[in-house]
Amino acid sequence: MNRAGLFAPLAVFALILAIGYFGFQLEDPHRLPSALIGKPFPDFAAERLDGEGGDLVRRADLLGSPALVNVWATWCPTCKAEHDELLRIRAAMAATSAPMRIIGVNYKDDPAKARRWLIDYGDPYDFNLVDADGALGVELGVYGAPETFLLNAQGDVVFKQVGAIDRRIWQQEIAPRLAGMGMPVTGAQARGDAG
Amino acid sequence: MRVRAQALAAPAAPALAAPAAPALAAPAALVLLLCCWPAWGASPVDVHEFPDVRTEARFRALIAEFRCPKCLNTNLAGSDAPIAQDLRAAVHRLVVREGFSDAQVRDYLQARYGDFVLYDPPLKAATLLLWGGPLLFVLAGLGLIAWRLRHQRSAQLSNADQARLAKILDEA
Repeated sequence: MNRAGLFAPLAVFALILAIGYFGFQLEDPHRLPSALIGKPFPDFAAERLDGEGGDLVRRADLLGSPALVNVWATWCPTCKAEHDELLRIRAAMAATSAPMRIIGVNYKDDPAKARRWLIDYGDPYDFNLVDADGALGVELGVYGAPETFLLNAQGDVVFKQVGAIDRRIWQQEIAPRLAGMGMPVTGAQARGDAG
Repeated sequence: MRVRAQALAAPAAPALAAPAAPALAAPAALVLLLCCWPAWGASPVDVHEFPDVRTEARFRALIAEFRCPKCLNTNLAGSDAPIAQDLRAAVHRLVVREGFSDAQVRDYLQARYGDFVLYDPPLKAATLLLWGGPLLFVLAGLGLIAWRLRHQRSAQLSNADQARLAKILDEA
């Protein structure tokens, strides 16, 4: 065996090390790719948190304009962390002529606590749906809160964020997609300056 | 749960009744506590009702088959994550009330949670390396063996080397 051959095991070891090093930072193993992307938002019927409107809210009620469907709960600390960004997006949308709606899904929560939360911390939502037992969550493939779906006006899921919505997600994922749907998102709004 | 609570309450009562023996009561309570240990480690208990044993067996087989979306290496049956509880309830509803077949339950969960919940991922472009990887290793191994065999043959000593080797061994 020639001398260079002696280094073959070391090379193999280095290769395994490199594959491991890069392989394990490829993506968060806790992050599930959503099975819903590109598919219609599932059909559902849910009560409103504020009790208004009388009838149950159905899928048809989400159509007509792009919508951000945000799954949240008062027991979820990350939901508190993303709350300010949702309020900011809400304020930015108020300045546009055809705003994206923000619809909350109050997930496995106490409705009284949820209403209190919205009073205490501000309410970025057009309205909230009550999913007390998590059944709607199962339909959506939710496995924790917060999770957020971006729907186009036809009610198809175009993007899903597991974990908090922050400025970076808004700038890189949501604002460009809204612009792609023909939403009037100004440069300042896209950067997150406005509001 | 109620039975366990009573078992725990029992050693506490004598300790209160006989203040002279607290030194004994504490270790006794500890021993009793340790006896209960395996029960706490057992998998979570849901209350599900079944019309017959066969349906229950199907339910058990199904929840053992799927991976809990929240926990990386636990199936639905063994996880006490809230989402696993919800999914067990969903599987129970589908099997008992809606009369889904096993295949329909699989489709239902896969449509919502993706391939992640399947421990047996389907063969497609993204999983090609996963399924083809072992074959790749076998081929690499065969290649290595072939290479070694050829290398060995060429490593046979020439006549001149043989003579040199014999000379060295003689000297030694």
